[in-house]
Amino acid sequence: MQILEATATKANLMDRFGLTRRLVDLLHEGEAIVGGIGNANFDLFGAGDRPENFYMLGSMGMAVPIGLGVALAQPERQVIVLEGDGSLLMNLGCLSTIGMVAPPNLTVVVWDNGAYQMTGGQPTPTAASTDLVQVAQAAGIASSNWAQDEHHFERLVQQALWSKGPSFIGAGVLPTASQSHPEFDPVILKDRFMRGIGAKPRH
Amino acid sequence: MDWAEITLDRLQRQDVRLVTFVPDGALAKLIQGFETDPDIECFTATREDEAVAIACGGAMGGVRSVTLMQSSGFGNIANALASLATPYQIPVLMIITERGILGEFNPVQTPITRVLRSTLDGLGIPHVTLDDLSKVEFLVDRMASQCFNAQQPAALIVSPMLTGGKTAPGSAPSKRAA
Repeated sequence: MQILEATATKANLMDRFGLTRRLVDLLHEGEAIVGGIGNANFDLFGAGDRPENFYMLGSMGMAVPIGLGVALAQPERQVIVLEGDGSLLMNLGCLSTIGMVAPPNLTVVVWDNGAYQMTGGQPTPTAASTDLVQVAQAAGIASSNWAQDEHHFERLVQQALWSKGPSFIGAGVLPTASQSHPEFDPVILKDRFMRGIGAKPRH
Repeated sequence: MDWAEITLDRLQRQDVRLVTFVPDGALAKLIQGFETDPDIECFTATREDEAVAIACGGAMGGVRSVTLMQSSGFGNIANALASLATPYQIPVLMIITERGILGEFNPVQTPITRVLRSTLDGLGIPHVTLDDLSKVEFLVDRMASQCFNAQQPAALIVSPMLTGGKTAPGSAPSKRAA
C-alpha cells in the first residue's frame, strides 16, 4: 500500500456517526476501540457496538492513556481510541507520552468539531488557533494526518492498522448530537470489554 | 534490604508488568529497579491522572499495573480515581511517597498530604502506610494481592520514616530510618 501524503489542514466537515460506522466496518481482527467521554463513545455505541469496545463514562481526557495501556498489555491487537477535541485538549501531554513510547498498535482518532458540544457548544481552542494534527506531529507521532473526506479517512485508518508506529488521525466533524448511548453501568462495560479482548475468559 | 528493594521484589513476584509514574526523588531507586527488569514496561507519564489511566488500560488488557507518584501529585488524580478506577473496579496499585509531614520545609506540600488518606477513604480505596521496615514485605504483598484479586484500586503510602523524606535546602541530610 502506498504511504499517503501528510495532510496538515482540517478540511470539510464530515458526519461523525457516519465516519464511526465506516471505521468499525473496516475492522475484522478483533481490534479494540476505546471511546472517549460523550459523543465519541455515544456514536461508537450507536454505529458499531461490539464486545471489543470500551465506553468511558467519565474521566474526561483519559481515553488516549487508557488506549495506550491496552495497547501495551496486548501488543498483538490493534487498539483505536476515539476522542473529541475538548477532551484531548484537557490532556495534550498524553501525545508526548505516545510519541516517546511509540506503541506500533495504537491509533488515535480525534473528532474535531471545535466545540464543547455536550455542554452547549462553547468553542474550544481548535476553533480559534490550535491544530491538533500539528500538535501530535510535534509530540513525536510522525504519522499524523487530517482526513480530507470520508474515503481519505478510510485509507488513513487502513494505513494506521498496518503501519509500524502509532498513528493520529484528525477529522473535522459537524456538531451533530448523538442519538443513543451505552448503558451507564461501568462494571458491566468493563467486564464485557475485558472478555471481548480476551483479558477474561469469554462466557 | 531497604523498602524499595523489598517492594520491587514482592511486585515482581506478583507478576507486575506495567509501571507508570511521575517521578519523585524518594522513588528513584524503585523506579530504577522496575526499569532494569526486562519483563516490565516502565515509563513516565506527564501527569499522575494520565499515569493512572494508562495503568487502568493495562489492567483491563490483562496485565498487572502499578502507578507511582509523590503525595503532591495525588492532587491531580481525584477524577481519574472517582470516575474511572473506582466505579469500573479496575485494579490499579498506587505507590505514593509522602511529603508534607515529619519535617517538611515547604508549606505548599502540607495541605494535600492532610487530605490524602481522607480522600482515599471517601472513595472507598483501601490503603496502608509503610513506615516500619519489618512490615513492608507483608503489607506490599497483601495489598497487591487484594488489589489484583479483588479487582479494586489500592494504595501504599510510603512514609518519610522509610524514605528519609526531603530536608530543607542547605540543611544536613536526615538520618534515614532504613
